Formats: sequence, C-alpha cells, structure tokens
Amino acid sequence: MLKLPIYLDNNATTPMDPRVLEAMIPYFTEHFGNAASRNHPFGWEAEEAVDYAREQVAKLIGSDPKEIIFTSGATEGDNLAIKGVYEMYASKGNHIITVVTEHKAVLDTCKHIEKLGGEVTYLPVAADGLIDLKQLEAAIKPTTILISVMYANNEVGVIQPVREISTIARKHGVLFFTDATQAAGKIPVDVNKDGIDLLTFSAHKMYGPKGVGALYVRRKNPRVKVTAQMDGGGHERGMRSGTLNVPGIVGFGQACELCRLEMEEESKRISKLRDKLENALLQIEESYVNGNREHRLPHVTNISFKYVEGEGLMMGFNKNIALSSGSACTSASLEPSYVLKALGLGDDLAHSSLRFGLGRFTTEEQIDYTIEQVKNTVLKLREMSPLWEMYKEGIDLNSIEWAAH
Amino acid sequence: MTHTPRIYFDNAATTPLDADVLEAMMPYFTTYFGNPSSIYSYGRETRLAIENARKSVAKNLNAHPAEIFFTSGGTESSNMAINAAIDDLHCTHIITSPIEHHATLHTVEHLQQSGKAAVSYVQLLPNGHINLQHLEELLANSNERTLVSLMHANNEVGNLLDIQAVGNLCKKYNAFFHCDTVQTVGHFPFDLRNTPVHFITGAAHKFHGPKGVGIIYINENIKIKPYINGGSQERNMRAGTENVYGIVGFAKALENAMQRFEEDSHYISELKRYMAERLRQEIEGITFNGDPFGNSLYTVLNVSFPKTEKSEMLLYSLDMHHICVSGGSACTSGTNMGSHVIEAIYKNVDRVAIRFSFSKNNTKDEIDTVVQTLKELV
Repeated sequence: MLKLPIYLDNNATTPMDPRVLEAMIPYFTEHFGNAASRNHPFGWEAEEAVDYAREQVAKLIGSDPKEIIFTSGATEGDNLAIKGVYEMYASKGNHIITVVTEHKAVLDTCKHIEKLGGEVTYLPVAADGLIDLKQLEAAIKPTTILISVMYANNEVGVIQPVREISTIARKHGVLFFTDATQAAGKIPVDVNKDGIDLLTFSAHKMYGPKGVGALYVRRKNPRVKVTAQMDGGGHERGMRSGTLNVPGIVGFGQACELCRLEMEEESKRISKLRDKLENALLQIEESYVNGNREHRLPHVTNISFKYVEGEGLMMGFNKNIALSSGSACTSASLEPSYVLKALGLGDDLAHSSLRFGLGRFTTEEQIDYTIEQVKNTVLKLREMSPLWEMYKEGIDLNSIEWAAH
Repeated sequence: MTHTPRIYFDNAATTPLDADVLEAMMPYFTTYFGNPSSIYSYGRETRLAIENARKSVAKNLNAHPAEIFFTSGGTESSNMAINAAIDDLHCTHIITSPIEHHATLHTVEHLQQSGKAAVSYVQLLPNGHINLQHLEELLANSNERTLVSLMHANNEVGNLLDIQAVGNLCKKYNAFFHCDTVQTVGHFPFDLRNTPVHFITGAAHKFHGPKGVGIIYINENIKIKPYINGGSQERNMRAGTENVYGIVGFAKALENAMQRFEEDSHYISELKRYMAERLRQEIEGITFNGDPFGNSLYTVLNVSFPKTEKSEMLLYSLDMHHICVSGGSACTSGTNMGSHVIEAIYKNVDRVAIRFSFSKNNTKDEIDTVVQTLKELV
C-alpha cells in the first residue's frame, strides 16, 4: 500500500537516513562531552568523533579536513563566507559579484554588504538559468574581492559552469565562493578540480540532521582567511566559535560518507525516476521544463503548466503529495518565484510551476501515483479555466485588453 | 581490566542529555522531518512543534513568546545581542567586565578594534563580584549610548550577578543591558517580565538538552535586525532552516529543569556544600574562589590548591583516576593557558585552581571518592 503523503520536496529538506541517526545516538547521552574539554575522556571522545566526521565531510568534497569549519547550517556558512571575506579583504577592495538566482541567504547577505558600503554586481541569467561567462569576466574590477555563484540552483536544479567560473576567478586573482547546498552529496564536487576557494553546504539536504553544516575554506594556493562572525572560545581555528554540536556533526559526517559511497548508483536510480516523471508530465499539452535540462541535478525537475494556477494545483493534491511551487523559504508567500522570473518567465508561467525534488526514499510506485495525480489535476483545473477555453478556441491571450481591477 | 566508572564533575562545560529529552526529539529525526517553512503537512507539523516549543520556553522564563528566538547556541546569541546593540541600537560604548565568557570578551574586543565602540571594564570586588558602585560611576560618566554586558553567573567561579540591581542601574542611566545567562537558564527561576534586561542568552546543552541549539531573549521594546541574513525564519530575526529536534529538545529540557527546580537545586546545593565541607576537613591549605557560599550559583565550586609539584599535575592525575573536572572554561581551546577569570580576580596567584561543577546526576558517594582521591594526590 502506498503511504501518503508522498514526499517530493527533497530540495527543501530530506528525511534523515536511519543509518545517520544510528551513528548519532551514542553522542547524545553516552559520549556527551564538550569537544573543547581538554582534561578528561568525555572531551576527548567528543573531539575524536568530531575529527572523524571532519574527515568524512572533507572526503566528500575532496578537501583536507583542516579546511572544514563546522557551522549551524548553510545559511550561516553563506553569511560567514561573504561577510568574512568582505571584512578580511577590506584593504584589497569592496566589490562582490553574484547572480540574481542565488539563494536568499546569499542575496540578503549581499544586500547587507551594500548597506555597509560594499558594492555588489548581480549578474543576470539566460533563459536556461546559466550565467554568461563573458559577462562575469567583464564585471570584474580591480576592487573585486569575491565571486559568489551557487553550484546548483535550489529551484530549477541548474548546475553553473563552476570550473569555467573558477578559471576566470583565478585569472583575475579573485576568490570564488560557491553555495553547494543542493549539489554536495548529489553530484561529484571536488574543491581542487573545481578550483573552489570557499564552499558551504548543510547536512539536512543530504539525509543528515538539521542545524549543522560546513564551510570549506581553502588553506593553500591561495590561503584563504575569513573574519569570524561569531567570536568566543576560538573553536574551528578561530573562524567559528561556539560549543560544537557533536551529535549533529557526527550525523553530518555519516551522511557525507553515505552520499559519497552511494552517489553513483543513487543518482542513476533517481534520475531514471525523474526522467520518467518529467517525460510523462511533458505529455500534458502546454507544459514546459524550466531551466537547462542538460546541466541539471539528477533529482530535480521544475515544470510549468500553462493556464493553471500553481496554488490551485497544489491544493488539488496537497494532502497526498508534498512538493513546493517555489523555494521552501518563500513558499508561504504568494509572490512568484524570483528565480523563475529571472529565467524570463512571466507571472503566469511562474505561478503555474511545480518543483519536484526526488530523493533517496522515492519509489517508482510514488512516481507513478504522482504522474496520475498531477495529470488529473491539471486537466481538471483547465476544464474549469476560461483562459484554457480561450486558448483552445485559438484566441491570442496576449491580444486581449483586460479590464482593470 | 575492570571498568571503573567515571565521575563527571564538569557540568558547567556540558551536561548529558536527559533520556526523556532525547525521547521527545526522536520523532523529529525521521518521521516529522519537514522544513518548517513548507506549507504542506510535513512543514506544518514541524512549524507547530517549533511554535509550541517557543511558547513553552517563554512560559518557563515568564516572557512573551514573541521575545524568544532560537539560535545555534549561547555564543551566537551573545554575538547577536552585542553586535545588534552597536549596529542597530547605535551604542558606541560598552561596559563589561574582565571575567566575562570569551563569547562576550572577544566580541567586544573585535568591536573595539574595528573602532565601532569604546570599551570600559568595570572593577571587581575582592571576591570577584562586580563593583556596582564603579558600574554606576561608569554609567554616570558615560555621555554616549551605552551597552552593559555582564554575565549572570560566572562559568568558572559561579558568582551570581544581582541582575535586578544592574538592570535598574541601566534603566536609570538609559543604557541597554545584555546579560549572558548561559549558566543560569535551566538553573535559575527567571521572571523576565519583571526583570529589567534587554537581552539574555541560553544554551540547551548546559541543562541536559542538546548541543547546537540556544535562545536569545529580546525584550519586546527593542527592535533589531537579524545577525544571520537570508530567510524569514524566526520572524525575520534569524535566517536558516530551523534545527527542529534541537528546538524541541531545548523546550523539553527547560520544562524538566523548571519542573524539578526546587528539588534539583536543593539537591545540588547540598552536594556543593558537602564537597566544600569535606575538602576543608581533609585537605590543608585549600581556598575557595569567588563567593561560593554567598551569592553564587549552586552548580559550581572552584577550589585553589597550594602550588606544589603534585598539585600542578592535579588535572592529569584526576583524569588518571577517572575524575572529570576542568581548570577553567572548556571553551579555551588549545593549550591550558590558565584562567582569565582567576587571573582577573586574584592577580598572579601561585595556586592551582580547579572547577568542580555538579548536576542532578552526581552523588555524595562520588564526592567522597573525589575528596579521597584529592587527598591522596596532594
């Protein structure tokens, strides 16, 4: 029997893998020490566990364990990377380049930087969601200290040309930071091959616990430093103070290891399901995939169903399928997604979009059910839609002058 | 080899999680895992859990739920409060003390170095208490907008601040008041509606809750901006997907602590009194740091031993005997630099200070063992 509701919003968060929880449990009540306690075994056990997790995390992104700074999550990592570089490299310049489709954690932090007197260039994206590398290079000035481009987008799954971006950044001596929250653990990410200087990601997007993440900070070629945004006991090599969330970190490490070991097979399985879902839904008339389909995460598809309201669509199967019509962080608002608008979608298409985020626990049975539910709902809503009727009668909707209201 | 049970007298560093706190958290790992910002059932379940936790925490501190914000821990909360006082409340002067936790001291130093605030350090009385007269002088002579940042209970010696008196002074001189209450939330009956304080901070792992989660209380009359940008979580005050099980655990641990407050505080006070008495009887030349039998938190007993070859090795020797204590704050990562708190109160003392900090899980038998071991060691 199919258990409802089906969870297809793995870009918002993921259920924890039971193997991760199992690894964490002993660190709650038994090995509960403070990893900074230097004088007794409770502290040492905690520190050892953190060190081991640090290796597991580092291995997933091909870094040295010493380059991993544990944080409370990707948002804190975004803040620490951008504010930390802005403060640390103030004598070099105050200009940051980012992209309009970044996560709010990056965009809001950049707005904060502007209030502090920094300058930020927001690059546009093409209709497929990719940035223009020539535009990126042209935006670099002598005062540019940081390029911040996400690895893969949370709403459409589009993967940016990270290696080309880092080549440009290197050429101009500018640091390159990437928010890899959606990419890490899902596709191969390697900070050295990719030429990344700073990278943030979090555990709860990869079947690990909420409340824990990491910031990678390159230690050589070049040696990168960030000004701490939380001062205190000098934990995490002085870059992030605060008692370490030992069970969370242990869970994060385990989650990274599972992703690393199972990524190849898992992404094959999931992308097959994703393709099945996508192909079936594209058979619905006037439905479109948003974003580049080639450079895309294996578990994501974002589809617009023209002449249907996304909210109505959601209500149609809300009780049975959990997914979002925008980023989870903004899905409580009725504003159309700024990411889709940046791709050039009008409000109508943006509003009629659904983001499907498949995951480790998604089954073929769930996908078959989803196909049927979405298809039926779209068709039913269109039957009731005067716009759809007009479209079917061949009326060009753009030619109509709507009465003001 | 027989397994010798360890004695854990380092509860000011961190505490073991209560079994029923873990039990309360368990459903939120794998079953109720939704992102609280999501509008479907998975998200609504976790949103509800967070809001219930907030109400419960507010009730236990006698605050308004709108005044409670969840963070990643005490350090973040203190950084947030102090920076907000400068950036958003436009303070240009900070009054603090030399015995604050590093989360306060280093944040204050950072602000001083970047030229954003002048810093004054309030004098201490011989027993380590804040000299309130000097605090008033500093406040009276300050013609700038001022933040007072003083901790409620010192994490190393346990001295308790008269939070009402300091709050009233701040009120009188129109200053903002941040009180680092990381050692007292969960160990002290707060009545925030009747306490003149603008910011307090708490960390769950200090009272048998989970690590990685804390709170900041922001008085409802204060308007500040978020310290971590990037999402509308915590009513736009703290961005980032919420640590749902951590938050649930925080609330449950605080409920436990407050429900059992009378019983536990009485029990732990008795442990502290007993240990002091036994030490006095058994070991010559010891002294107690701070004001342990006056205005002091019942969980902490800081003892100085005369400096000898043996006592200098005491931390190591105690560990060899499966006794877990600390020389100072656990946050002083790296080598043992000695305690800045002991140094600030007693200046160049030639003594070895050891902090014993207790919880409800400790027993008088453990104290007997520890005192006996100490006696043999020194």
